[in-house]
Amino acid sequence: MLKNIQINNEMSESKDTQGELWEVFLQTKKGLPFKHAGSVHAYDKEMAIQNARDLYTRRGEGRGMWVVPANAIVAVDPSDDSSFFDPADDKVYRHPTFYELPEGIKNM
Amino acid sequence: MELLDLSRFCMRLGDSCLIMAHRQSEMCSKGPFLEEDIAQTNLGLDLLGQAEALLIYAAELEGKGRAADDLVYKRPERDFYNFMLTEQPNTDFAFAVVRQFIMALYLGKVYETIAKVDDDTLSGIAAKAVKEITYHQLHLGMWVKRLGDGTQESHERVQTAVNELWMFVGELYEEDELDLKMQEAGYAISGNEMKAYLTVKISTHLTEATLSVPEAVYMTTGSKKGIHTEYLGYILAEMQYLQRAYPDAKW
Amino acid sequence: MVVEELEVLFQERIDANEKIEPRDYMPDEYREHLIRQMSQHAHSEVIGMQPEGNWITRAPSLRAKKILLAKVQDEAGHGLYIYSATETLGITRDELIEKLHQGKAKYASIFNYPALTWADMGAIGWLVDGAAITNQVSLQKTSYGPYSRSMVKICKEESFHQRQGYEVIAAMAKGTPEQKEMAQDALNRFWWPSLMMFGPHDSASPRTGNAMKWKIKRESNDVLRQRFIDKTVSQAALIGLTIPDSDLKWNEERGSYDFGEIDWDEFWSVVKGGGPCNLKRLNHHKKAHKDGAWVRKAAAAYAKKYSNK
Repeated sequence: MLKNIQINNEMSESKDTQGELWEVFLQTKKGLPFKHAGSVHAYDKEMAIQNARDLYTRRGEGRGMWVVPANAIVAVDPSDDSSFFDPADDKVYRHPTFYELPEGIKNM
Repeated sequence: MELLDLSRFCMRLGDSCLIMAHRQSEMCSKGPFLEEDIAQTNLGLDLLGQAEALLIYAAELEGKGRAADDLVYKRPERDFYNFMLTEQPNTDFAFAVVRQFIMALYLGKVYETIAKVDDDTLSGIAAKAVKEITYHQLHLGMWVKRLGDGTQESHERVQTAVNELWMFVGELYEEDELDLKMQEAGYAISGNEMKAYLTVKISTHLTEATLSVPEAVYMTTGSKKGIHTEYLGYILAEMQYLQRAYPDAKW
Repeated sequence: MVVEELEVLFQERIDANEKIEPRDYMPDEYREHLIRQMSQHAHSEVIGMQPEGNWITRAPSLRAKKILLAKVQDEAGHGLYIYSATETLGITRDELIEKLHQGKAKYASIFNYPALTWADMGAIGWLVDGAAITNQVSLQKTSYGPYSRSMVKICKEESFHQRQGYEVIAAMAKGTPEQKEMAQDALNRFWWPSLMMFGPHDSASPRTGNAMKWKIKRESNDVLRQRFIDKTVSQAALIGLTIPDSDLKWNEERGSYDFGEIDWDEFWSVVKGGGPCNLKRLNHHKKAHKDGAWVRKAAAAYAKKYSNK
């Protein structure tokens, strides 16, 4: 009886989610900049790296990879001249945007 | 070394990889979340690739005019040599993970050994497979830890899986005359070495995952002679169905 | 700036073929339309894993087994790329799954048809993926940045899917009489549902107006459908299979094939839930989700325990 109560408490404590959102950056060749590839869900960083590897480098697209919790990213659009940085505005949408890196950039 | 011995050696290994890959593929579209579905299919594809390479070589060495597909689709139950562990069902995610994890540890050691042999085909297969299996160990090991040290329920499920699959582990370090010949030729390590290696690896990992190592009460045996659990029959019935139903067809 | 001004600027950007990115201003309806369309696109990839996933264990050769497994894995990956793009609009994966389970979000109706024989693996790759490719190539130019980028990525990976399917069905069409019969039967069952993938006539599609105005959609349903038919007819002829449409005829004037009328009753019935596999597909997805709850909870619990690692 006591065990059931303990299990119930624990089960109601552990939440069923799809994990956290992580943004993935890939470097396709040494010397090139890291480019945003998309996002993955994972519950911790070890899993995030593995999930990102499985999703984004299946066809050998990666030499280097960064995985960042999405909510650690601060997004700003510098062309927005009404407020370059407004703390209330930096996460209007849940998912931030990224600047496009110039194509063909080498050895930066 | 006798070609037939080497052929049988490759067939044993190839069969285990094949049946593991088959079980893995059954989990397609049933993963706990989408990223894990992809991860599992990745493992399955690696194993299938290893199976194919090994069975192609086995068929070639055998010299009976059979091709890899003949080995896969036309052999009956008693002519398969995969470990019984590999045919155990995906009862739940914990069973799948534990089964594949233990096999990944085993395969890692096996491939590491044959990567060094003086046989270009086999060492080539093994060199590639070692890299793949290292990742399998990492991914599956990660799950064993999270399930063992996650919630009460996950802990119980994975402990159950370990307990129930334990009886199949003994086959992984058994030796028969073929094994001894392969050891002599440098293609395999001794049964004692394998047992010691697996024991340390498995118990270290289980302990880290807050799981207990079962008492080895009974170890099953027989797959090297084509004796299997009742599961293999069903696996083959499904896997071989089309080729057996349409014997003249090419696909 | 006032909303009206923002909307004008937004439309100007659309008209100038600029991409809209997640942090840019967008009308609520634009955002809602995208969430619906993109999430349904993602759900389609995932549900699509089921009819093909069923046949992996019965694939009749090692090569076929490998290729099918890789294809289905790709589909999971494509679902993920699109979910990832959808989440940039401020909706979570949990919410998207919830909507699918509640029947509030749909997925491509084609997957409500059963995969009955191995020949269906050929038909699905050749026709269903073929139709999807026609649509996705067009969507590469969609106005929403993340959606467009995911389409570019998917298009790069998709061509092997269609070739795989065609190879399977071509081998059967040239094989034993039983194989040929199976191949023709698969084509008979999948032809019309593949045409239905392009949706209703534009005149019968209420959302097309906005979709085209906002350049979410770049070409109309009918245009895309015609393009698919024109591409595919000769492919069937090449392997000696007959397309099940007695009205199919080359029209020299139009430079295109005339074809028969789609059974719109069947179309709307399946869209509204009356297809042979609707229940099975959704139940499968729900079951997998339910069965996986303890795994997800364990992962979350572990992460919480060791969050300072």
